[in-house]
This record gives sequence, C-alpha cells and structure tokens, in this order.
Amino acid sequence: MHVPDGFLDAQTSVATGAVAAAGIAVALRKARDELDERSAPLAGLTAAFVFAGQMINFPVGVGTSGHLIGGALAAVLVGPWTAVLVLSVVLMIQSLLFADGGLTALGTNITLIGFTTVAVGWLVTRAMLAVSPKRPSAVVPAAAVGALVSVPAAATVFVLLFAAGGQASLPFGPLLGTMLGWHLLIGIGEAVITGLTVSAVVAVRPDLVYAARNLRPVLALRQADGTLINATPSPARTGRAGTSAGGRVGLRAVLAGGALATALIAGALSFLASGSPDGLERVAESEGFADSARDHAFGNFAFADYGEIAGIPVGLAGLLGVVVTVIIGLAVFRLVRRRTDREENVNA
Amino acid sequence: MSSAHSHLLYRHGDSLVHRLPAHAKLLALVGFMLVVVATPRDRYLAFAGYALLLALVAVAAGVPAKFIATRMIVEVPFVVFAVLLPVIATGPRVDVLGLSLSEDGLLAGWNILAKGTLGVVAAILLAATTDARAMLIGLQRLRLPARLVEIAAFMVRYADVVVSDMQRMRVARESRGFEGRHLGHLRVIAQSAGALFIRSYERGERVHLAMLSRGYAGAMPLVEHAPVAGRAWASVAALPLAAAGVAVASGWFA
Repeated sequence: MHVPDGFLDAQTSVATGAVAAAGIAVALRKARDELDERSAPLAGLTAAFVFAGQMINFPVGVGTSGHLIGGALAAVLVGPWTAVLVLSVVLMIQSLLFADGGLTALGTNITLIGFTTVAVGWLVTRAMLAVSPKRPSAVVPAAAVGALVSVPAAATVFVLLFAAGGQASLPFGPLLGTMLGWHLLIGIGEAVITGLTVSAVVAVRPDLVYAARNLRPVLALRQADGTLINATPSPARTGRAGTSAGGRVGLRAVLAGGALATALIAGALSFLASGSPDGLERVAESEGFADSARDHAFGNFAFADYGEIAGIPVGLAGLLGVVVTVIIGLAVFRLVRRRTDREENVNA
Repeated sequence: MSSAHSHLLYRHGDSLVHRLPAHAKLLALVGFMLVVVATPRDRYLAFAGYALLLALVAVAAGVPAKFIATRMIVEVPFVVFAVLLPVIATGPRVDVLGLSLSEDGLLAGWNILAKGTLGVVAAILLAATTDARAMLIGLQRLRLPARLVEIAAFMVRYADVVVSDMQRMRVARESRGFEGRHLGHLRVIAQSAGALFIRSYERGERVHLAMLSRGYAGAMPLVEHAPVAGRAWASVAALPLAAAGVAVASGWFA
C-alpha cells in the first residue's frame, strides 16, 4: 500500500502533503487527552508495535500477500488521535530509514494509511459500539468490522486520488471495482487479525484498550448481609478490577460478522457507486468520441460498468463481484497453500 | 512488508555524503524528487540524466550497486501495476509484438517505473549514508514538532526490541510444533500480537516512569548544534540544482 514517488503528479503530492501536515498538527493537540500524561514513550512503543505488526503477512492471492496496516487496531487500542500520530511516525520512519514509500509521496501515504484507515476504523468501531451491549468484549467484533471497512475505504480514497492526479486514463468504474474487490479480501485478513488481537488484549488487560474504557463493569461489593453495593471506581486507571469481565469472542463470530458487513458494504456501496456514467464517459458521449473507445478490454463484460448491463442491477453486480472475488481468492489461497507446503503461510 | 524491515539500511562509511548534515541531505533529496516528479514523462533523456546524477552520488558515497539493487524489492508491487497498465488503460492502442496495448498506458507505466525507481534509489542512498540518530537530529533541525520527533526517537530506539520480542515468540511457537497453515491458526498469531502489544505498552510505561524519576518534565533537553557551513550547503544544493538543469536542458531537446 505504500505509494512510491511519481505515482501521482506533483500537484496531488503537494496537496496531500498539506493535508497530512494539517492533520498531524490537529492530532498533536488532541492526542494530549488520550494518553494519561504527555508521554512520548507510550506512543513511541506503540509505533514500534505497529511497525512490528506490519510484518504479519497473510496470503491474498497469486504472489500477493496483504500485510497488516494496523490503523484500526491502533485506533482501538490507544485512541484515534494518538493512532494518527503513531501511524504517521511509522510511515515517516519507513520512508526515511527503510526506503519504503516515496519521499514526495509521504503526504499521500499519511493521508491514505495514517488518516483514512484510522478515521474510518475508529468511526465504524464507535458506531458498532453504540448498538452493542455495554461490555468490554463488545469491542472485539466492533474493532473487526472497523478494520474490515477501513481497508476498502483507503482503497477508495486511493482511487479518487489516482483519478485526480494519476498518470494514466484508467476507466474509473472498473478500477474502483477491482481495487474494492481486492482490498475487501485484504480487509478480511485485517479484520480477523485486528479482532483477535483486540480480543487477546481485552481478555488480559481491558484497561489498556482505549475503545473499551467506558465499557468496564462497575466494581460491585457483596456485604456481609448479602446485599450488593456499587463501589464507584475513581476516574483514574482502575482497570485491573475488570479483568474477569474480558470475554472471548470466537473466530467464527468474527468471521460471520465480517462476511455480513462485507455483503452489506458491497450491496449498499455499489448502489451509490455509479448510477450515471462518470465524467470521462459523459464527456465522451457528448463529444461523440465514445465510439473510438469500443475496444475497451472488458467493455462487453456484463458487470463492466457496475451499471444495469445485461439486465443485472448495480447492487447485485457488486454483491456478485465480492462473492466471485472471495471464491477466486479462496481457490488461489488453497492452491498457494498446497504448493508452499513447507513454507509458513500465515506467520509473522 | 518482509523481514527486510527489521534491519536498517545504514552502511557505515566516511565519505563526503556521509559527513553532510542530515537535514541538508533531506532537503536536497526532496528538492531532487520534486523536480523528478514534475518532469513530463516523455522527456526520456532527462530521466537518464537523473539516473546518472544518482549514480554519481552513489559513487561519491561509496555505496555499491549490488547493495542498492538488493534493497529495491520494496518497489515490486508497483512494478507489477506498471507492467499491467498498458493492458488495462484506455485510449488509442498500438500493436507491440502482437499485443494490442494502450499508448497512454505504456507511457504511464514507464512514468511510474522511472520515477518510482529513481525515488527508491534516492531514498536508499539517503538511508545508507545517514544513521538513525543523525536522521532524528535532522528532523529536529527541520523544525518538525518536538513531540513527533520524540515519538519517532522512541520508535527507532525500541523497534529492534519489539521486533526481537516478536521473533522470540515465533521461535517459542515453532518449537512447540506450531505451523501457520490453516486460516484458524490466525488466532494463535493474533494472540501473540496481543501479547506483543501488552508487552510494548507496559515497557512504555516503565520507560516513562524511569524518565520521570530522572527528572523528565515533558520535553527532552535540546542539544545545540553548530550551524551548517556554507560549503556543506553548496555541495548539498548541487544535486537538486543539477536535476533542475537536466530538466531545463531536456526541454530544449524535446
């Protein structure tokens, strides 16, 4: 996902650089409320953790493995503003000391990976928590769905940036469709690892999970006569009291929730995606040079424009796209797994 | 992306490029890359000129070509994309070796390949000649917010610790017969990740307390640095200026 130099034109790079600088400035102010004191070591160690976590690879398809992005994970664990700082620092260090991600594309990468995944992951997690039962374990499926949505969201922003400052005239609809399909797969991997990681932390130290801060049960004391009284915890960190409440949510629940959310997103988003022809197509039609684009590689393919071609409505096309992508992905995954029998597939 | 992450690119040396102050090198590199990115993609000569400039820097810094080549793997996913572009892009098409390719896509693929490669090589040269500490001081001198530099400093200092923590956990898993082969095994990996987070966070708490007990009051003491000599600026500015020269000159020939 790390965009290299020259992928987007100079104007777009400079614009996203300005967005990145402004966002970091805001995050620097807001992050003070999230970590108890103004402690750089905690944020620095979290950055080191995200850096290490990004080495966790999971296979997606032929020759491609997605790696954990960690935006939603960091937001859930240490809070969104600190997460923005942490991800930005990780990207900066990767660009400067590891030549990973272009120097002039640093603003783009921070906007894509640092802001989009954190913001979307956090907002979706919050929305899920609002409708979940109020206990710490509710944060696990919420975080998984947040992570799931965050990856295709970043892919969408990337496609928008590419449409604005990309160097090739790619058809917008199919590009968006391909990117979304691919990144939904990566998102599923991200969701599973994020959910299970949060689950492991919630089970041991629920007080460390930022998103679960207000979900800890009130400490209840049983008196000699058997009545329960609430011992209101002080606002300071008293989290260790709630340790026993950290329940586990199984892999199956995480997967089921993820599948449901995927289907919902694909169905809903693709209805919004392109009811009308996009800008270039419309210009082409009105200028009368649409004919010259006849040999577009997938033009006659039933789902090519995510519109109502061959009588298949948009939402269904999107849904089918996801199903097909997942089936192909699973098939490829099996194939690759069988072939690389001795290699570690899912390992850090 | 891979384990290549875990060790720094820095190569110890004592060349002119090594001795230049980090923030000056950083500025020069950003200037150089901005010129490269802004160059129209059909000025092929200009890109050859940029490559020559980077080769000169590499020679001056004593960084062997093999070192650079082996560290260019990070670019691979985008190379794949660049190679695919001529096939999937729209617009007028040309026949190359019996394949109908998009003219625009060919140019765009070349553009990404050329600029991306120059960027990666330039970044490798910067990382190879600047150690982490010097880079952090450079960022500080570029007036990056102190808090951001502090977070980056802690990250750089503890990345090795956290990564080796993670590798020890992997050794422990594997010595108990674990093989990550089934999707369900992700649970084990994720539990390690959870444990890794708790360890990292608690280490952060300990470090913070240790700092407080040694008189930390919210800001690291600043070390004063000697101003950069004019000659250093001159040698640093040579790279972006030469690049700009190449860009202008290629405009005459185009």
